[in-house]
Amino acid sequence: MPETPIAVEMRGIVKRFPGVLANDHVDFDLREGEVHALLGENGAGKSTLMNVLAGLYKPEEGSICVQGQRVSLNSPRDAIAHGVGMVHQHFMLVPSQTVTENILLGLDEPRFILSLPEQDKKVLALQEQYGLKVDPKARIWQLSVGEQQRVEILKMLYRGARVLIMDEPTAVLTPQEVRELFVTLRSMTQRGHSIIFISHKLDEVLAIANRVTVLQHGRVTAAGVSAKSVTKAELARLMVGRDVVFTLDKEPVTPGAITLSIENVTAENDRGLPALRGLSLEIRSGEIVGIAAVAGNGQTELAQVITGMRRCTGGRVVACDEVVSNNPPRRAIERGVSHVPEDRAGMGSSPGLSVADNIIMKSYRQAPFASGWVLNRPVIRQTAEKLKHEYDIATPTIDTEARLLSGGNLQKMILAREMSCMPKIMVAGQPTRGLDVGAIEAVHRLLLQEREQGAAILLISEELDEIMSLSDRIVVMYEGQIMGEMSAAEADLDKIGLMMAGTRKEDLEKQDESIHGHAI
Amino acid sequence: MSLSTVTPSEPKTWGLPYRIVVEPRLSVPRWLSPAVSVGAVILALLLGGVVIQLAGGNPIESYIHIFKAAFGDVGVFSDTLVKATPLILTGLACTLAFRMKLWNIGAEGQFFMGAWGASAVVLFPLLPANTPAILMIPAMILAGFLCGALWGLVPGFLKARLKVNEIITSLMMNYIATSWVLFWVFGAWSERGFQMSPTFPKSAWLPRLTDYAAQVKAFSGLTVHLGLVFGLVAAVVVWFIMNRSQWGYEIRLTGDNPKAAQYAGINIVRNTVLLMMLSGGLAGLAGMSEISGVVHRLQGSISPGYGFTGIIIAWLAKLNAFGVILAAILFGGLLLAGREIQPSGIPRMLQGIILFTVIASDVLLRYRIRIVKS
Amino acid sequence: MIDWIIVLQAGVASGTVLLFAAIGEILAERSGVMNLGVEGMMLIGAMTAYKTVAMGGNPWVGVVYAMLFSGALSLLHAVVTINFQADQVVSGLAINFVGVGLSTVLGEGLSKAGTVSLLPSFSVPVLSVLPLIGPVFFTNQHVLVYVGYILTPLAWFFINRTRPGLHLRAVGEYPAAADALGINVQGLRYLYVLVGGLMAGLAGATISLAVSPGWFSELTTAGQGWIAIGLVIFAQWDPWRAALGGYAFGAIRRLILDLQGPQVLYGFVNPFYATPMLGFFLQMLPYALTIVVLVLVSREAMRKRLGAPAALGTPYIRGQRGI
Repeated sequence: MPETPIAVEMRGIVKRFPGVLANDHVDFDLREGEVHALLGENGAGKSTLMNVLAGLYKPEEGSICVQGQRVSLNSPRDAIAHGVGMVHQHFMLVPSQTVTENILLGLDEPRFILSLPEQDKKVLALQEQYGLKVDPKARIWQLSVGEQQRVEILKMLYRGARVLIMDEPTAVLTPQEVRELFVTLRSMTQRGHSIIFISHKLDEVLAIANRVTVLQHGRVTAAGVSAKSVTKAELARLMVGRDVVFTLDKEPVTPGAITLSIENVTAENDRGLPALRGLSLEIRSGEIVGIAAVAGNGQTELAQVITGMRRCTGGRVVACDEVVSNNPPRRAIERGVSHVPEDRAGMGSSPGLSVADNIIMKSYRQAPFASGWVLNRPVIRQTAEKLKHEYDIATPTIDTEARLLSGGNLQKMILAREMSCMPKIMVAGQPTRGLDVGAIEAVHRLLLQEREQGAAILLISEELDEIMSLSDRIVVMYEGQIMGEMSAAEADLDKIGLMMAGTRKEDLEKQDESIHGHAI
Repeated sequence: MSLSTVTPSEPKTWGLPYRIVVEPRLSVPRWLSPAVSVGAVILALLLGGVVIQLAGGNPIESYIHIFKAAFGDVGVFSDTLVKATPLILTGLACTLAFRMKLWNIGAEGQFFMGAWGASAVVLFPLLPANTPAILMIPAMILAGFLCGALWGLVPGFLKARLKVNEIITSLMMNYIATSWVLFWVFGAWSERGFQMSPTFPKSAWLPRLTDYAAQVKAFSGLTVHLGLVFGLVAAVVVWFIMNRSQWGYEIRLTGDNPKAAQYAGINIVRNTVLLMMLSGGLAGLAGMSEISGVVHRLQGSISPGYGFTGIIIAWLAKLNAFGVILAAILFGGLLLAGREIQPSGIPRMLQGIILFTVIASDVLLRYRIRIVKS
Repeated sequence: MIDWIIVLQAGVASGTVLLFAAIGEILAERSGVMNLGVEGMMLIGAMTAYKTVAMGGNPWVGVVYAMLFSGALSLLHAVVTINFQADQVVSGLAINFVGVGLSTVLGEGLSKAGTVSLLPSFSVPVLSVLPLIGPVFFTNQHVLVYVGYILTPLAWFFINRTRPGLHLRAVGEYPAAADALGINVQGLRYLYVLVGGLMAGLAGATISLAVSPGWFSELTTAGQGWIAIGLVIFAQWDPWRAALGGYAFGAIRRLILDLQGPQVLYGFVNPFYATPMLGFFLQMLPYALTIVVLVLVSREAMRKRLGAPAALGTPYIRGQRGI
């Protein structure tokens, strides 16, 4: 193969955040005119690496060369000056302004007067070149997600970007829009642009990429391998890896009656796109059902529908024999549903209130914490102290404000609150995200404890090891649907990885048959 | 990809061998909060001194004068307490509302309406002139509270149901209230054409210490009145509500994190209205106490800005009921003594500067400044 | 009889005060910072302008000083809210108190000047003979009124049709996007808070030099700073609507005075003349009207896709990206 010039070369990139080594001496190179996919699970470090290239983060160590020249990127402006532009997963577009206004934002030209009709024409001309059709006069909030993405791409092209970084571009697109995007990307590479495509969707990656680099826990596990030379299964393994699975003491528990029943639920996400497409699931008391899914496939919305924080457009959720969907959160709470939310600092806790006050957030109306109109302070304090001890929450006092707690301790506090209510059903979303090993272990122990006490637990997590070691049953979600279900005993990391990336269980089995049916 | 913590600022070097690092605090020692408040007041007094100097006065003399005039002896201290009484109540009114992030700027208007309501009992009259005090006073208290509460209800309701900005509505209600009172004072209740009402009968006067000078010699001349007790009782009640009641818990939670409050099933609309009514009621009580305990008549000018000063007091006291009492005494002293200093706008200006230094110094509670040798 | 031309003419004259203050606040709020200290800043402006003249200075110099001092006060607000991340509401209130207090202290001893404007008034030759518009807008108005006529379309044009205006709007709507494209969010917010302060000072100077010459301590502004803030909401952050609203309010204030004068009004006995006490209800009118206007606007905003700049009131801290 002829040597194509190298557009971008990153060597030995090290990037640290408090408590986390996001990029561990990563090397990455991009050839001109290629589509290079960057694969990895959430938290693998791919977004971080690209943020470094886009000038948003400064690495602790390492060097970056663009077009053979060593560069120092201190801001997005620097990166764009060198021809590197990033299209973020969460668009940086001002909703109330027009397409053209967004494209022109931050530029030094036109000097003063904004003659929009003239600028609109310029934008249209650019669109012609690349086949990216969008009405320059439209306001962003009027556009579909696919069209908004086109605006982001145009923004970069307008500034002369030769290298385009696309962060999970297909996460929010319909299949139709994905096809259109791929056409655009191919035409761009033909004009000499180079594209870095961050994704976790294996099918798409194999469809569009020339080469693939895989990151896992901050390290490169496959560097720039040709997309034609790998199979999906291999990629899945490289992404997910064979890590040490936490072996925990799991008591065998016979599952009891069906406590939580999710019946054919459909729901939309915040953007109005379908997030859940007719999902059905049953959970019995005394069992942990783990949902394995990559972020953004509907699991967050599922948790919200169950706990009453989101409406469902079809179907229903029944908890302890009563319908809780499309009812205020109080209803679910009264039915014994307990929720450890994904955004701890958002609705999970109140930053300015003390730990003790946070702990009674759900139970402040009931005895023994309240009698009549009054709160029973001594009992509250006693309970808070007890829980602080039991759950090992590291805080100076129970009067300390919650915002001062570290992530792990905040999570323990929330767990303490939710578990001390003797829940019958527990929905736990990313319960160990951002926690250190000790805290993770503690949380796992607590979840198993609940299980032994007969709670029906829905565990939503991006950490496959966690799912594998805690769950009795594993359910894989992809784009709002269940791809397949298996018991813990028959859990197979490869199969799960493939299901998480979009293959249905039945199709896997067919593939199995067809593979084993031929001699290899 | 989202960072949920503020990244600490890059250390600044000014060509010196050490650098200044600003980073978020990980814990707030208990003593820091009141210390910062006190420090802010001191800084404000210094700044105020500068302005006094510029305006041609002598700062040191002025301050010594203020101190003597406010806290010099029992007599003046009693006068300070008299000025502090309405401030305690308006300070509490603002404290309550601010806890839920409801910006009740209408305490001044609620004060006036409370004064009017109490006067109405006497002047309509709602009760005959020879009603014994034991009935008259409670009736006036009730009327004052209710009128203030009504005045708080309007912005509260508009905010709760229609999301109308309560800062502006409550403020506009201030002007409406003053016009309302003037209407009565110049008109139906006017004393022989002057802009004040006739003096209230003795049964409508709040008892003062000096009324008992016959029994206790030392009380002679002390005009501290029962209103102070209202203030102290109200402080205890407010403290109790905020810290020991379910409703107070709901208020605090809503003010801190409305989303969490929603999750916990709190009825935010209902609480908004009730809280504004309670807040207005307390300010109205302040008005009643001023009318009945000090002025003994209704007139156009009964407040040198008690309602507005209440805002500053609430903030200085960091929304703590007992801190309000202390701050109110401080400001009462300033008000009292300030009348005698030239130039006459000094107390107002000092109040403003104090509020400013207090909010500017809040940053010290959230961030730490360290000097690190590089 | 009420001379409606005079009412409207006076409305334009005094409405110019609200116009200046409101446009200044619109610019500040469009950048994402709410400054409730307008009343206090206006008082500083009014006092400074008048004091300069009383000490023998030229009224134009007075206007300049008024703007400078007001602007300085607004910078305090900027530092505290942008750098120290203090709550914008409370900081604005503090500015108010400081402004009221400072202006009272430093304005000690100033007295009224009478009713003659200290700034020149004139009529525009051709335009003043146009029917209705002529006498109202172009006859015998003080100079600052004409400044207002120019300023309003200029402000509109700046915000909507210029590059810096584009950046201003972006900073107030979605500062993270602006930051990612290299725009200096904090710097721009400082700038526009300052502009708001300058305009408030101009508004104050308009009162004390042109509309009601003199210094009446706090009463000088009579809450117009607050009405201006309400006006900004009514105007939905658009300079034209702010100007219109300002003139309308000005006219109402004049109307209130005129209603109390004549014995007979259009064939009926004037109740406000017969019972002067009723005049107090008239006085309530501008303030009650502000409330009504806000209620109407909030319903309109809930129906349409209108509303404040999205990032208004929240400090921008880089690093809090993402959703």
